Amino acid sequence: MFATKAAADNLAAAQPVKGRSLWADARARFLRNKAAVAGLIVLFLVTLFALLGPLIAPWNNEDIDWNVLGNVAEAGRPSLETGHWFGTDALGRDLFARTVQGTQISLMVGIVGALISVIVGTLYGAVAGYFGGRADAVMMRAVDVLMSIPYMFVLILLLVVFGRSMLMLFIGIGLVSWLDMARIARGQTLSLRSKEYVEAAIATGVKPFTIILRHIVPNLLGVVIVYATLLVPSMIIYESFISFLGLGVQEPLTSWGALINDGAAEMNNGTYWMLGFPLFFFVITLFGFFFVGDGLRDALDPKDR
Amino acid sequence: MLVFILKRLLVAIPVLLILIVGTFILMYTAPGSPFATDRGIPPAVLANLEAQYGLDQPFAVQIWRYIVGIVTEFDFGPSFIYRDQDVNDLIGQGFPVTLTYGFWSFVVAVIVGGALGILAAVKHNTWLDYLAVGISIGAQVLPNFVLAPILVLVFTLWLGWLPGGGWQGGQIEYIILPVIALSTSFMASIARISRASMLEVLTSNFIRTARAKGLPMRRVIFRHALKPALLPVISYLGPAFVGMITGSVVIDIYFSTGGIGQFFVASALNRDYGVMMGITVLLGTLTILFNLLVDILYAWIDPKIRY
Amino acid sequence: MALLDVKDLRVSFDTPDGEVHAVNGMTLSLDRGESLAIVGESGSGKTQLAFAILGLLARNGHATGSVRFDGTEILNLPEPKLNKIRANEISMIFQDPMTSLNPFMRVGDQMAEVLMLHHGTSKSKALSESAQMLDAVRIPDARSRLRMYPHEFSGGMRQRIMVAMSLLCRPKLLIADEPTTALDVTVQNQIMQLMADIQRDFDTALILITHDLAIVAGACARTLVMYGGQVMEMGRTDDLFEAPSHPYTLGLLKAVPRLDVPQETLETIPGDPPDLTQLPDGCPFSPRCPLAFEPCADRMPALEPFGEGRFRACHANREDLE
Repeated sequence: MFATKAAADNLAAAQPVKGRSLWADARARFLRNKAAVAGLIVLFLVTLFALLGPLIAPWNNEDIDWNVLGNVAEAGRPSLETGHWFGTDALGRDLFARTVQGTQISLMVGIVGALISVIVGTLYGAVAGYFGGRADAVMMRAVDVLMSIPYMFVLILLLVVFGRSMLMLFIGIGLVSWLDMARIARGQTLSLRSKEYVEAAIATGVKPFTIILRHIVPNLLGVVIVYATLLVPSMIIYESFISFLGLGVQEPLTSWGALINDGAAEMNNGTYWMLGFPLFFFVITLFGFFFVGDGLRDALDPKDR
Repeated sequence: MLVFILKRLLVAIPVLLILIVGTFILMYTAPGSPFATDRGIPPAVLANLEAQYGLDQPFAVQIWRYIVGIVTEFDFGPSFIYRDQDVNDLIGQGFPVTLTYGFWSFVVAVIVGGALGILAAVKHNTWLDYLAVGISIGAQVLPNFVLAPILVLVFTLWLGWLPGGGWQGGQIEYIILPVIALSTSFMASIARISRASMLEVLTSNFIRTARAKGLPMRRVIFRHALKPALLPVISYLGPAFVGMITGSVVIDIYFSTGGIGQFFVASALNRDYGVMMGITVLLGTLTILFNLLVDILYAWIDPKIRY
Repeated sequence: MALLDVKDLRVSFDTPDGEVHAVNGMTLSLDRGESLAIVGESGSGKTQLAFAILGLLARNGHATGSVRFDGTEILNLPEPKLNKIRANEISMIFQDPMTSLNPFMRVGDQMAEVLMLHHGTSKSKALSESAQMLDAVRIPDARSRLRMYPHEFSGGMRQRIMVAMSLLCRPKLLIADEPTTALDVTVQNQIMQLMADIQRDFDTALILITHDLAIVAGACARTLVMYGGQVMEMGRTDDLFEAPSHPYTLGLLKAVPRLDVPQETLETIPGDPPDLTQLPDGCPFSPRCPLAFEPCADRMPALEPFGEGRFRACHANREDLE
């Protein structure tokens, strides 16, 4: 009780530089969180792997190593001598190069998908919350309705009808995931709406959309960042799910989901590395994002502690 | 209460219609005829086929027939690939399977997850709490399509305890792995949600009042804290249901259980629009009905909701 | 023998910002049927004092010292033993009536379970006794209200329900923690009147915890002023109001708006309540005290008796307080 009072006093005393000190405070709290920092390092390393992997890989991700084909279970083992550091897949293609490539695709889908859904969701929620009343009721009812639809089936439908392409995958995954963001943004906007500086802007005749972009959205930033960080792993899971079903990225491109699917299919032959390496990257990346997201939430939302 | 249910039903009907019409429009605008993939079909035969399935009719007629078929006869239309089967036959084959392991997965997720979360909250900061948190964090990164191969690897290939696929009319050993694979991530989510909400409820003022009344801890938890702590879990049941339906596709593919997910993916790969549409509409209907059920449950538990 | 005897009670909490010392060596005693007001600013430790007596401290809190109730030590008793005392011997009313009742249970069930638990009363008998008690706290149409949920009552009504619930087992001691703070002024008066009547009719001892000196005057025979988790002074309410013997009491009294005396400005006590993670060695009030002199910051003055049943803990001369 008193500790928070003291903290509040400190904050109040630091009023003039409050904007910066809040973020600095959050950064300090984040850096104190060991799991979050470890997650950040892991994500950094995975990104390096995706970016620098192609430069150091001795094999190309499309080329078939004919020496290996036909005896993958033996000759395709991970080995430094053959240059197949992660072994090969069932077709004799270098798994290191393919994992690098899958990492690039999965990270990209995750990040772009999360961006799309965050942008759409934030704007939608901010507009609904700002205008309130009937517009809000109709808009949020629509969100409820969309939430009660098995979206993954609709997404598969979209992929089948409009053809499988990366673009469709981005749009589809992004569009089915903005609903939660819209809800969160609306809730926050409702409380921001009654803040003095917003009322002042309204009173001086600033246009609604200018207010939303200038005053509402920047203040949603904290929540949005946290949610976006937690959204990336679910995007990666969605994409992997679609690719697992063979409906996602097309050969020779690949992604974690497709690699895990391939590896799982070959498991009976004892070639566990085909499952192991993609799975390892998949799992540590998800852990990384979850830990960073949790860390950010705790750092930006002190009341949660 | 009855009025509340009726009202909710009335809202559900337009949602269903939107789902059906939307799906139908998507299929209708799809480029090419569903039969065009068959090589070497003469135009006359193609036209004949289309007429047979009513595809030569105007859009309005087609969609009207489709909706009427569903509403009056529960008929989801024909399959465009399996000439001798319609969607109802496929659903009849696959749905009981999906329903069986889906039901058990749901039960396992809710009961184990809920118990784990509540126990963790009550024993906050003990090894039990840490174990529950550890399980729920671990399960976050193990979605069903990752867990399924791992389970097969361990329990089928290494230990040889359980079959790695098949259904055999739903014998118990064929159900176990699919249920674990499908339920784990939802179990973890429910554990996390119920733990967080129980922790919050336990610090609330009315729990302090209950303790000040001299009630034993057991009674405080079961009689005073359980209901409010479960409300967020109930809100999550809807999304969990959707997630499990989606996950059933993976289960069907990976374990060859023969549920409707298998037909859905097969139809997606074959561009069998009739089956895709039928399954989407069926599952959408189920989801909407389930959400209705959840709403009623919520209203029944929370006295503040007036109906 | 005193009904309640608190000796050198200390309460502290482990927090990420360090150990917070909420109560620092409280001593007080209370006889049967007696009423005592504990007054202090928010954060003076008065609520934690009450929680410590009933064993309701948060998980990270711990209490040391001694609390004897009816001759038995009850501080840090194991939960099952405390449960026999709670509501049965010592009842408590909380600050916020809006959140202190369980929103998911019918009011009747919440009341009846107290009697069923402590007296083994049957459900139907417990419900009818609850209805009688609601009647006693002047809730009209009590019988049918038993089936209602808390959100169907106003704040004042809910506090009446809390009062009724706390009295069901005829406890020997009632602790009311800021019972009127969350209520409108008119409702405040009604609740205070109710508490006074109840205390007389049921012959219950009462500890009234409040920051509001205005409501103390008519309600309690004795008053204890608390600051930084310690007793500043204690005595009969009338004496204490008439001639405060501690600069803190004086400051509190000056800060009460009065209608009977013309006032230009309302005085406040400068400064903030103490940081409970780093209490000064001496008197906790010394940094804000207008009379502070050289020993105050280094040494806590002892609680010394003077006059008729009065105690004070202050280095300054009484004569210096006007």
